Amino acid sequence: MSRVFIALQDNENARFIVEAISEDNPGAEVKHSPAMIRVEADDRLTIRRETVEEKLGRDWDTQELQVDMISIGGNVDEDDDSFTLYWNT
Amino acid sequence: MSVRANYANYQGPVRDRVENFHGNQLVYVMWERHLLFCAPLTFLADPAMSFEAFLAEVLTPALAPHPESEALDFAEAQWRLDGEAFEPRGEASLADNGIGHKSQLRLITPRLSDLADAAI
Amino acid sequence: MNAKTSKRLNMKERYRIMTRDLGWEPSYQRYEDIFPQESFEGIKIVDWDQWEDPFRLTMDNYWKFQAEKERKLYAIFDAVSQNNGQMKISDPRYLNAVKLFITAVTPLEYNAYKGYARVGRQFGGVGARIACQMQSIDELRHTQTQIHAMSHYNKYFGGMHDFPHMFDRVWYLSVPKSFFEDASTAGPFEFLTAISFSFEYVLTNLLFLPFMSGAAYNGDMNTVTFGFSAQSDEARHMTLGLEIIKFILEQHEDNVPIVQQWLDKWLWRGYRLLSIVGMMMDYMLPNKVMSWAEAWTLYYEEAGGALFKELERYGIRPPKYADQTVIGKDHVSHQAWFIFYQYGHATAFNTWIPTAKEMDWLSEKYPDTFDRLYRPRFELLAEKAAKGERFYNNTLPQLCQVCQIPLAITEPDDDTLLSHRDTVHDGERYHFCSDGCRDIFHHEPEKYVQAWLPVHQILQGNCGGADMAKVIGDYYRIEMGEDNLDFEGSAEQRRWAAWKQAV
Repeated sequence: MSRVFIALQDNENARFIVEAISEDNPGAEVKHSPAMIRVEADDRLTIRRETVEEKLGRDWDTQELQVDMISIGGNVDEDDDSFTLYWNT
Repeated sequence: MSVRANYANYQGPVRDRVENFHGNQLVYVMWERHLLFCAPLTFLADPAMSFEAFLAEVLTPALAPHPESEALDFAEAQWRLDGEAFEPRGEASLADNGIGHKSQLRLITPRLSDLADAAI
Repeated sequence: MNAKTSKRLNMKERYRIMTRDLGWEPSYQRYEDIFPQESFEGIKIVDWDQWEDPFRLTMDNYWKFQAEKERKLYAIFDAVSQNNGQMKISDPRYLNAVKLFITAVTPLEYNAYKGYARVGRQFGGVGARIACQMQSIDELRHTQTQIHAMSHYNKYFGGMHDFPHMFDRVWYLSVPKSFFEDASTAGPFEFLTAISFSFEYVLTNLLFLPFMSGAAYNGDMNTVTFGFSAQSDEARHMTLGLEIIKFILEQHEDNVPIVQQWLDKWLWRGYRLLSIVGMMMDYMLPNKVMSWAEAWTLYYEEAGGALFKELERYGIRPPKYADQTVIGKDHVSHQAWFIFYQYGHATAFNTWIPTAKEMDWLSEKYPDTFDRLYRPRFELLAEKAAKGERFYNNTLPQLCQVCQIPLAITEPDDDTLLSHRDTVHDGERYHFCSDGCRDIFHHEPEKYVQAWLPVHQILQGNCGGADMAKVIGDYYRIEMGEDNLDFEGSAEQRRWAAWKQAV
């Protein structure tokens, strides 16, 4: 088991993205530090476009994540509907 | 090993050859376990200078800020030169003592004060 | 799949058309003439089409997202300067960390811009070329935004006025400079392993995240904003770094030992370089977020641990001497601050002894080392300073031939003895701070014999003569009594007190 993580700027967008992550990844752990939110999970974490759109109440492109994301740990798999971090181990 | 370069026989210039120091050489001194000096010290010295002159004129003033410098007696000290035990001859020159360009001397003194507890 | 996304090309198709289809096969020039640096390092690439960019970022979207980042960033810069942002920082001592940042880190961003522009030209694979092109532009953006962010502080504080000049000359800035020049003078694959993977993927979190959180905690809105804006690009660079390593390792088994040696080298070099960041976190942030040891545990041991477990499948083991970094995390920040404190007459920032409250924080964070080794040192120095004998070391330190840091770091198994190694190569003696740096030298001695060691350059008379005041003032352009020396009694402290009174 290895931990994957994503760190986001603590801003208006991120609040809703983190809400969506927590809903779709029940094991995810959310950690707050000044100006930054870090979400960790065992081996795998998925951000789903539909859930984020529902939380934000608007259209959202998975590549928009690039504006708010400040760091990640794990391999990335991204397409139009989701953004996934994972370790193969 | 040697460098894997984009062309054959790559060799950078040796930037710190003794010839670049205008007749002087470099000598480093580490006063072991005396970490008030954050690192060993670098000195520029004439290789013809005697070892005792090096101690009196070069090393002593540099070590003066240390509270133990007054209690420091070179006669009681042990030395190492480039990793080997070393017994300096005071009247002989640095060169004749085998202290070459970029040699490192280590000064090892007996316990001189309570500062030794924190290796200061 | 809903109707909205199916109306246009999906991300994968768009990436293929706008990236791969821009490449072409050479017809009248030989491949090796077009890409002359692709093979000399011994790396074998069988099929460039295997290169994956997991973000599948195309140039049109790149500009769109980067423009949005810039709009957000510059709105904040305007707000900070229109609202006297310089007065909102926690403590004027904090600004010294910013001075160190603009002199030591911002020029690295510029070097990264040049580095990616160069290596991007050298790869036969179009995916790699596009990725390097974007990263090159990113790095130039980082340089510019950092200069803009800090230019506001430069109007009010010292030490920032001549940062590119200082980067090329000042003794401690030779550490980051030589680090990057080592990478830039390597072949293109080593450059990517050094910067994209070892630095960006494994170590950049340790530079930006704790430090930027620290800036937020100390009321420095400009720095936290450019830091996180830059880091949003870094997240992409990190992913690229990991993909690059996996790509090279998958291409040919002969690549594995070459990459392993580069990982050993660059993790060690990066670890040494980051001693400066450890010192900023533990000593220069008046309001502290986490200790350097905690950051190392979180970002290197835990995050890096997961990473190297992932790379085991390719035959890669964790970097050599990683165990020494774990021992060193309890020491390096203190040892680094102690270097700058005693050579504080030759720094473009102020230095100081931690306050009683700060020392208590350090004791709590470093229970095995601080009270035993470092507190007594600071207490002695405080005593000397109170007597009017503030300690400045007037003898130059011995430097490591590879990392160029003074030999101020102790042995991994003896924390009261300075770590020192040496070797004789072609009749000339060379000195190192560690086994890690000595190994790097032994691997490529022809390269490291030419190191421009600031101490030796001063003693050869190449930095303006034998008078240190002239070296510091004229050659470095550090203004005596204005930019350097103790914070207590400094021009910075006086100005700050006057501004606060005026409010």
